[in-house]
Amino acid sequence: MDIVAALVILVAICGVAWIVSAPLRWGGERMQAEVSDRVAELRAHRDAKYREIRDAELDMQTGKLSADDHRVLDRQLRAEAMEILRELDDAER
Amino acid sequence: MATVGRALLILALVVAAYGVLASIYGARAQRPEWVASGRRAVYAVAALATGAFAILEIAFLRSDFSLSIVASHSSTTTPTFYKAAAAWSSQEGSLLLWLWLLSLWSSLVLFLTRRQLRLVAPYATAVLLGFAAFFAGLLVFKASPFQTLAMVPAEGSGLNPLLRHPSMMIHPPMLYSGYTLFAIPFAFAIGALITRQVGAADWIRSTRRFALAAWFFLGIGVMLGARWSYMELGWGGYWAWDPVENASLLPWLTGTAFLHSIMIQEKRGMLKIWNISLVLTTGILAILGTFLVRSGILDSIHAFVGSSLGGPFVVLIGTMIAGSIGLVVWRREALRSENRLDSMLSREAIFLANNLVLVGLAFVVFWGTFWPLIAEALTGSRRALGPPWFDRYTVPLAIVLVLLSGIGPLIAWRRATAANVRRNFLFPVALALLLGVVLAAFGVGSRPLALAMFVCGAFVVFAVGQEFWRGVRVRRAMTDDGPLAALLALVGRNRRRYGGYLVHVGMAVLFIGIAASTAFNATTDVRMNPGDKTTVGGYEFTYDKPTSGATFTQAGNIEKISFGAIVTIRKDGKTVASLRPERGYYPSRDASLGPVGRYFEGEATSEVGLKGGLQRDLWTAMTPNIRALQPVIDEGDKVLGAVIDELPPEEAGALLGRSLRVLIERYEAKPPAATFRFITSPMVTWLWIGALIVFGGGLIAMWPAPDAARRRATAKLAARVAEDLGRTEKRAETRTA
Amino acid sequence: MHPARKRRIRLIVALSAAVILACALVYTSFGASDESVQPSQLTGAQPGVSYQLTGKVADGSVRERSGGVDFRVRDREGSKSVPVTYTGAVPDPFREGREVIVTVRRQGSMFVAERDSLITKCPSKFTEDTNQKS
Repeated sequence: MDIVAALVILVAICGVAWIVSAPLRWGGERMQAEVSDRVAELRAHRDAKYREIRDAELDMQTGKLSADDHRVLDRQLRAEAMEILRELDDAER
Repeated sequence: MATVGRALLILALVVAAYGVLASIYGARAQRPEWVASGRRAVYAVAALATGAFAILEIAFLRSDFSLSIVASHSSTTTPTFYKAAAAWSSQEGSLLLWLWLLSLWSSLVLFLTRRQLRLVAPYATAVLLGFAAFFAGLLVFKASPFQTLAMVPAEGSGLNPLLRHPSMMIHPPMLYSGYTLFAIPFAFAIGALITRQVGAADWIRSTRRFALAAWFFLGIGVMLGARWSYMELGWGGYWAWDPVENASLLPWLTGTAFLHSIMIQEKRGMLKIWNISLVLTTGILAILGTFLVRSGILDSIHAFVGSSLGGPFVVLIGTMIAGSIGLVVWRREALRSENRLDSMLSREAIFLANNLVLVGLAFVVFWGTFWPLIAEALTGSRRALGPPWFDRYTVPLAIVLVLLSGIGPLIAWRRATAANVRRNFLFPVALALLLGVVLAAFGVGSRPLALAMFVCGAFVVFAVGQEFWRGVRVRRAMTDDGPLAALLALVGRNRRRYGGYLVHVGMAVLFIGIAASTAFNATTDVRMNPGDKTTVGGYEFTYDKPTSGATFTQAGNIEKISFGAIVTIRKDGKTVASLRPERGYYPSRDASLGPVGRYFEGEATSEVGLKGGLQRDLWTAMTPNIRALQPVIDEGDKVLGAVIDELPPEEAGALLGRSLRVLIERYEAKPPAATFRFITSPMVTWLWIGALIVFGGGLIAMWPAPDAARRRATAKLAARVAEDLGRTEKRAETRTA
Repeated sequence: MHPARKRRIRLIVALSAAVILACALVYTSFGASDESVQPSQLTGAQPGVSYQLTGKVADGSVRERSGGVDFRVRDREGSKSVPVTYTGAVPDPFREGREVIVTVRRQGSMFVAERDSLITKCPSKFTEDTNQKS
């Protein structure tokens, strides 16, 4: 094995070890910041819920959902959306 | 460099193993730093695999024949594009490609979900790294791409000329992208089962795009294989129910079922056991497909002869099956449906029927593919099923599938009332039936299954057309948009829905093309001399005259000799096309076959003559009778063989060139008879067009909504919901007051 | 009808349909499939019965003719071979020494191949490399 190859392999080993062990060397706060992104998760939930509301509306307008079924579903989805918004408010504070 | 490559793979194996342990430990001990470390192990494996793959590619591009696989799969005369692609035409290279793609997609999904799915992600990481470790282990211990040769040859064997086609080169990366992307929802499903998160749809939401991308790439891979078969092989067909073809179709079928079925789970909390079973089955079938192509356990045209990799793969697949069944049974409580089927005439019921048909199709294909092994296990003798058996079951199922793909977009949720059915179905059904009557009047009724497929396909097109029409009308009622703007806005804001509808149209067109080209094609094999003519499918094919030629490498050596023909096709006296089918002969490297003779004992390829069109394709391939030229070849061998060793290389090369030119000119002057295959195939182009529509629709469905549009939409809705919120809170206040 | 009962009926109908389909598949598989054999197993071949013959094309045995080709197929390991007469498209990779799969029926001492049933296996790329290691 020539010296260049040996060096490259050494660099690879060190690089991998450094990348992989980094989280183990972080302090508690850094780890906390990484882990708790409840806000992003809730935002994703909220967007998905909005899409569901819009979808239901389009379904009704194109005849896939009866007006009664839509009313019930819409109310339920909006209630769920409100719940998510409330949690989002709390988390953002 | 080979040493570096091998070291990187060993390192990848070690890191993957570490990552599995770190992720599981971090999840169980609730130590997020270990989970993060496990995730970074995935990034590290991706980096290492990239490095190893880059080293391999560089070796191919530099024609470094000290590497065994470069020497056996490439040559200095191979064009650069094919040199790069030759990397994955070998067992070892293809395994490395698999590992590389798996690690890339895994890194992407884990990066995107690094702050979500805190419970599920660590186990998903462990599963993905488990796959990575398996493939890295194979690469390190059983099939090293970096094996070197003690004696470095001056020239490589070269890539099999049959594979020198752009489709064939992109075909494996597309398939492998599909297989590796399906590993991701599989891994997250396992994680969701272990952590009892299967009730919620979070893990589905985060991995849906990857499942869709997997479906997309796998579909492209299958289509490329079919296209290559049609364009490059001398039989004129695009699908032969070959075991390896089938193996790539199986996960695509169950993956399609999964993509549809999860919509029901999201909307109504139903079909949870279906969804988890489908995604686990798809992952298992993806690994099975990867295994089958290199196992040699089934007789196939893709029979890359069996190697010792069979054992490890069987263990992996067995583990996946046992683990999946065990986990589903263990968590069956969490998989209970939240709702029930209200009516058999409902969208939920149609989706369920869709699941059944797709799984039925998959079962038929699976059964037929593995029948040789099953029969051997049951009776001791191997038995094989041919295309007629497959067609018998898949054709009716495919017709039902197309029909369902038209009903699905139209039918109402929960319960379709009579009025509702009338409103949604009248127009498409009436038009489709009318078309059926017209076609039957024109004689299409002689092939009832084809007619059924045409009617169902037409129904889908009309149904989706109606959906687009209604959607645009709704949009225009709400805004002031013109029709085109409304259409673009409609599709842009509901990509999944309308992209999906487009996929249905594409599949309908595709199946119409298949039905028309199989039911109504005309094929003839005939031996002809120049001047002869024959009639096929209403067209007159005339062998006008022979052609011949040679293609040269950059160094000036003759790379390929081609003998061909000019064929003129006429209909009702008018010339429709002039085609030039050819047969190319690549020399063997075995010098004992004679300096001239070795050109005809190496690989032969067909250049197909094709006149495509929307209405029909005119296809021709030819095989000249080389035996008739044998005396000339033998003479050349005798004369040249005596002197060629004595001459210096340039003179020898020049002499060989002259002899070959004599042979080539002789072919045109006194051509022997040639066997031609002529095919007229109606509407086969619709197959390829349909496929393009499918992939276009898939892209639309996958495309993430641009942030600006999403913000606008969410802002409006937020305002309305906030208004409701205000009203509700005020009501609550007045009540408590 | 009670919803639970309706559901159970649906489940039974669906399962029955699945079982019937599966039985149909299994039943027709035996009838529709051909026994997969190598040349040495064809000594007791019955005339008129279809067999899926696998083996290698024997060296020096290929004779081209109008519309097809005649050749001999031998055992993968061994020399026992049988003559085959084939009509139809000859696959590009077809040549002596290659592995083939072809559906044949015995006619006297000759085996007549089913039209277009000749498959030539792609020359091995994924073989155990017996070359020199380093």
